Amino acid sequence: MERILEVKDLHVSFHTYAGEVKAVRGVNFHVNKGEAVAIVGESGCGKSVTAQTLMKLIPMPPGEIKKGDIIFNGESIVKKSNKEMEAIRGKEIGMIFQDPMTSLNPTLTVGNQIMEGLIKHQKMTRAAARARAIELLTMVGIPQPEKRVDQYPHEFSGGMRQRAMIAIALACSPKLLIADEPTTALDVTIQAQILDLMKDLQKKTGTSIILITHDLGVVAEMCDRVIVMYAGKVIETGTVDDIFYNPQHPYTKGLLRSVPRLDLKRDEPLTPIFGTPPDLLRPPVGCGFTARCESAMRVCQEYDPELKEISSTQRAACWLQHPLAQNRAGS
Amino acid sequence: MIRYLGKRIFFMFLSLFLIVTATFFIMKAVPGGPFTSEKNVPDEIRAALEAKYKLNLPLHEQYLDYLKGIITWDLGPSFTEKSSTVNDMIKRGFPVSAHLGAQALLLAVFGGITLGVIAALKHNKWQDYTAMVIAVLGLSVPGFILASFYQYFFAIKWGWFPIAKWEGFEYTILPSLALSAMPMAFIARLTRSNMLEVLSQDYIKTAKAKGLNTFTITVKHAIRNALLPVITYLGPLVANILTGAFVIERIFGVPGLGREFVLSITNRDYTVIMGTTVFYSIILVAAVLLVDIAYTLVDPRIKLSDTGRE
Repeated sequence: MERILEVKDLHVSFHTYAGEVKAVRGVNFHVNKGEAVAIVGESGCGKSVTAQTLMKLIPMPPGEIKKGDIIFNGESIVKKSNKEMEAIRGKEIGMIFQDPMTSLNPTLTVGNQIMEGLIKHQKMTRAAARARAIELLTMVGIPQPEKRVDQYPHEFSGGMRQRAMIAIALACSPKLLIADEPTTALDVTIQAQILDLMKDLQKKTGTSIILITHDLGVVAEMCDRVIVMYAGKVIETGTVDDIFYNPQHPYTKGLLRSVPRLDLKRDEPLTPIFGTPPDLLRPPVGCGFTARCESAMRVCQEYDPELKEISSTQRAACWLQHPLAQNRAGS
Repeated sequence: MIRYLGKRIFFMFLSLFLIVTATFFIMKAVPGGPFTSEKNVPDEIRAALEAKYKLNLPLHEQYLDYLKGIITWDLGPSFTEKSSTVNDMIKRGFPVSAHLGAQALLLAVFGGITLGVIAALKHNKWQDYTAMVIAVLGLSVPGFILASFYQYFFAIKWGWFPIAKWEGFEYTILPSLALSAMPMAFIARLTRSNMLEVLSQDYIKTAKAKGLNTFTITVKHAIRNALLPVITYLGPLVANILTGAFVIERIFGVPGLGREFVLSITNRDYTVIMGTTVFYSIILVAAVLLVDIAYTLVDPRIKLSDTGRE
């Protein structure tokens, strides 16, 4: 399969008053054409930073790409100038943000905000861009698009605004769509609608999607493959089936256990992962999950495990995968 | 909208009425009168003078008389400048004051916004620090000190501009600069802090993710949102410039209305005090209304309505 995106050993740091925060510490993954890949992990694990780095949207400084490369469509993103990035943003890669209430400009009409990208990238006239904006609004399921196109964001509901955001992101038919927690700020029924819409549009347009979320339900519904991140690193990757039915890393298992289940009794307490993620100002030498891991061994504190192949589709970074630890893991 | 405007205009007149009433009675409550400074006026002449200007009537009659005058826009004769009426004085002084005020207003608004935007875009760099030092100086140094400072350096030492008087464009520069310093500094600080807030908003990131360049993002997406609070400030700003002009006009010998206003108070020139106060109040109240209307043009979320729903 053809790879649209490949991230190689990406390191991203932020220089703050307190010191260097190593937000992303060596991330590797790829996205194939037409594929939907999820990046999951708890807050602060580096998933949003990774996503924004793909478009070079992190403020630099204080942010800095320390090491590694991002190959998009055969070209390195890291080396591109700001001017060259402007030609990629919105045109080749679209992005949907978490909170639709704040990610639309309150003083411009929704139509205007959709048209901007079209006028810039596809050199459309205003009239043509407006017609296309109406088309896009129809496509994302907004009723009365001719009227809606001239309305302001405050006249839209939350779900509608997220639909408008999707229309903005898809305006120039990008090859890759990055959705950074697109449903987190919406209520559950709207979440389902937005996910359906995204799935539908993916089928129609064939774009690749990177979905960033901490909601495993969303992942199961939408995605082909899953990347689990923890403390700035990828700790497990695999197909949706691999991750849900055969998780290998204790953190992935913990994540799956912590999902509320309908078949449990109502007074049954949820199963959290205790503790907090490590401070990325002073990242641990060994595996970042050691302090919270039930099966931690002495080696985990001293040495960081590499990603190890479990099957042709699944890989995990855990010392339990080492042949010497196999007995222990089984017990 | 029309209902709202009607309501606003009604309240405008109400506040004008209150201003007139308050000024009238406060003015009368101060001991002394327009003719106390003249030496040894025989009682008969004083009585004749007071009768001529109707100062011998009971207070409430004087008041009603004055109200009638205002409604017909006849502000009465000046007590000290025997040759002209208050209407004449306003006609003479206001164009000068308006010219100075407008020039200062433009300087303050455009200068302040430019400084603020540059400071925000170059946050924590030397441009930011320079702009903010200028702003702090402008805010903390009173206009009259700045005015004397300008006169000393630009007029006396370097001779770039005339020191005082009002005889051509070059005469307007120093007073405009002195008058605009404070509001400009204030607008610069206001714009900077708003820009910084707006630039960290999600919709700026959205705009960036669309591939727009920095210029478009700044002009189209950031400045407009950052200007909302600045517009709110424009109402009080007009007041600021008006009152600031009293002092500045005096220092630079500008024959404007502000000077007349100050002089009239020391001279106890009742009709001029009243006339200029009323005139200034009208300008102020109208400015506030205009600002409110301007607000709706910039921010679509705000609609003028008396119900608050619409």
